[in-house]
Amino acid sequence: MIKKEMIAMLLAGGQGSRLGVLTERVAKPAVAFGGKYRIIDFPLSNCINSGIDTVGVLTQYQPLRLNTHIGIGIPWDLDRNEGGVTVLPPYEKSENSEWYTGTANAIYQNMEYMQEYHPDYVLILSGDHIYKMDYEVMLDFHKANKADVTIACMPVPIEEASRFGVMVADETGRITEFQEKPEHPKSNLASMGIYIFNWEVMKEALIALKDQNGCDFGKHILPYCREKGQRLFAYEYNGYWKDVGTLGSYWEANMELIDIIPEFNLYEEFWRIYTKGDIIPPQYISDEAVINRCLIGEGAEIYGEVHNSVIGPNVIIGHGAVVHDSIIMRNTVIGDNTIVDKAIIAEDVTVGKGDVIGFGEEVPNEVKPAVYSFGLAVIGEHSVIPDNVKIGRNTAISGVTSSGDYPDGVLGGGKVIDKKDGDVA
Amino acid sequence: MRAIGIILAGGNNNRMRELSNKRAIAAMPIAGSYRAIDFALSNMANSHINKVAVLTQYNARSLNEHLSSSKWWDFGRKQGGLFVFTPTITKENSLWYQGTADAIYQNLDFLRNSHEPYVVIASGDGVYKLDYNKVLEYHIAKRADITVVCTTCNDQSEIERFGVLRMNEDCRIEEFEEKPMVSPYNTVSTGIYIIRRRQLIELIEKAGQEGRNDFVRDILIRYKNLKRIYGYKIDTFWSNISTADSYYKTNMAFLDPEIRNYFFKQAPFIKTRIDDLPPAKYNPGAVVKNSLVSSGCIINGEVRNSVLFKDVYVGNNCVIKNSVILNSVYLGDNTHIENCIVESRDTIKANSYYCGEDGVKIVVENNDRFAV
Repeated sequence: MIKKEMIAMLLAGGQGSRLGVLTERVAKPAVAFGGKYRIIDFPLSNCINSGIDTVGVLTQYQPLRLNTHIGIGIPWDLDRNEGGVTVLPPYEKSENSEWYTGTANAIYQNMEYMQEYHPDYVLILSGDHIYKMDYEVMLDFHKANKADVTIACMPVPIEEASRFGVMVADETGRITEFQEKPEHPKSNLASMGIYIFNWEVMKEALIALKDQNGCDFGKHILPYCREKGQRLFAYEYNGYWKDVGTLGSYWEANMELIDIIPEFNLYEEFWRIYTKGDIIPPQYISDEAVINRCLIGEGAEIYGEVHNSVIGPNVIIGHGAVVHDSIIMRNTVIGDNTIVDKAIIAEDVTVGKGDVIGFGEEVPNEVKPAVYSFGLAVIGEHSVIPDNVKIGRNTAISGVTSSGDYPDGVLGGGKVIDKKDGDVA
Repeated sequence: MRAIGIILAGGNNNRMRELSNKRAIAAMPIAGSYRAIDFALSNMANSHINKVAVLTQYNARSLNEHLSSSKWWDFGRKQGGLFVFTPTITKENSLWYQGTADAIYQNLDFLRNSHEPYVVIASGDGVYKLDYNKVLEYHIAKRADITVVCTTCNDQSEIERFGVLRMNEDCRIEEFEEKPMVSPYNTVSTGIYIIRRRQLIELIEKAGQEGRNDFVRDILIRYKNLKRIYGYKIDTFWSNISTADSYYKTNMAFLDPEIRNYFFKQAPFIKTRIDDLPPAKYNPGAVVKNSLVSSGCIINGEVRNSVLFKDVYVGNNCVIKNSVILNSVYLGDNTHIENCIVESRDTIKANSYYCGEDGVKIVVENNDRFAV
């Protein structure tokens, strides 16, 4: 019999539609972050650094990139004889096959996987947050309180608390009430979507609620446990934690890494973040290059100017190009004399010569104003931008575009070009 | 694959000066992200040779650490794999490897227990890309007993480091001189050989029984009129790093766009151990021109025409010119480094000044880490 004290279940199936064209072809946890990482590297590295060597990764939306990234878990030392990382997609059953309809439903459908390890505790994680956390300390807290469920929480400014699931706890930390995105929050403790369950408690709740439509931890399982009188505790976490669910917060979190001593420091020897290191050569900085306040990944070649930006591996910035306040992901090429100002350019994009990306006033986006805002120009992966075009702010481009797509060579602020049905470059 | 590989990585050379105090030449860091042995190992892997022995002897700690897992070169296989052989005391033998032939002699069982018909022998101090299959096809077509990969060396001052040879029109080697002071020829051996496995066992056994220990002197040169020894000439980039000067030049060569693209952007690629370092960081004050920068570096000062290896910290107002800074070096503020190689893991005190006046200078300070 294989026995693991605690196993982790990592929810990585969501699309993350608020990241717009960035997640059109990949799941949010597989989106690049911080020059060489992908978002899922953070919870996976936290797991191995906390001594958790058994992780089930639940995938559903566009899993190809995620699958190839995780592989058998070598970068995180999760290639194990017993345990290790297992990718868990939805599967066909002899009756009532279904997709994962909610977070708890996804876990319920993988009961057999968990059962195999006879865990005492199950850690539920989501694959879309940037943070370093020792789950073992959280487990100690859980044990010390003889809790049935422990929920990691973060104090947030009370005026922002209404964006989160809020936990109301007594002085011992025991949770007395939940409020889901409340108008008048009674507490400033926001749930981080990280839970430790006693296995038996979780199993019982999942089975009891198995017919619940879209069964969700926050909406169904936690209230169910509380109503049954189980011991729910709030574990207060005060380190760096960033939800990168929107383009604005994603851009901001990347930019914060550039600070001289960033709050979230990737350069510490302790608690290293691991990723698949498939690009090895050093970067080349040419004679004409000017670089100021940047992170630059392996194999990149810089011939132009780069300021306040995060540049991924194998990116080429052409001669005379000027990049400001932008995120450029791996294998993308920025043509000569192109100006990029406050843009997010995804992987494998070819940007032509003499372009201007990000100019003029901010105009609300015409298609998805809530997604494409913050003054960012966003270009999806494998896109192609022709030479000599100008692209405004709050814009989005996806697919292979040609100069015909830009009337008078201009894509005005707030416009969208979506050619996702076309061929990919 | 029809061949197994042997990499001779035991060597040391006092012409590496202080650099060889710390490690075998095969473990020398190259081009920012690699170590010398990665080139031979990756060439083996890329030529689909899946069973490789690395023979080490001199200060192998660094090398062993680098080879602690074979997965980086895809040698983590059930069939074949990576074997590291250091000298051991046995019933028959209690000596170190007395030479290249003796190193193979002491590990003859590796050859005896293999079944592949050919053996590729390479040294661990060459920087090059080569498909050994092409050499093997040539070897078979020429019906050669031994094929020696060779290249042209136009620098007469370098000739004395190499085996120099002359071939006839058929490319059969007629003359071979080991490390001559002067030579009328400019074709040099790269230390890469192909030979039939049984033939190698036979020759090595004979040499071992006669107490002859050197592969070049006691096999290649001694047998050149008896056996069919052929040369296979390459004209692609090849460099041997076993002196401090050639080590410096080889690293600097990667600033040349042609050489850089050849190694970094064109398949097949060179593989190495992954270090999990974050991307390089450029803080305000960083001025970097015509340089290679590796992951984990943090730059606050000026870097020109230089190669920064992994995890180098460059302090405020530093000036680094025409230099090679090895792994994990901490350069304190206001440091000036010119025409130097700075030894790895060193901490250079603030306000230091080092300049190689005639030729490259090797900087070793041996300070405690971060006690600046």
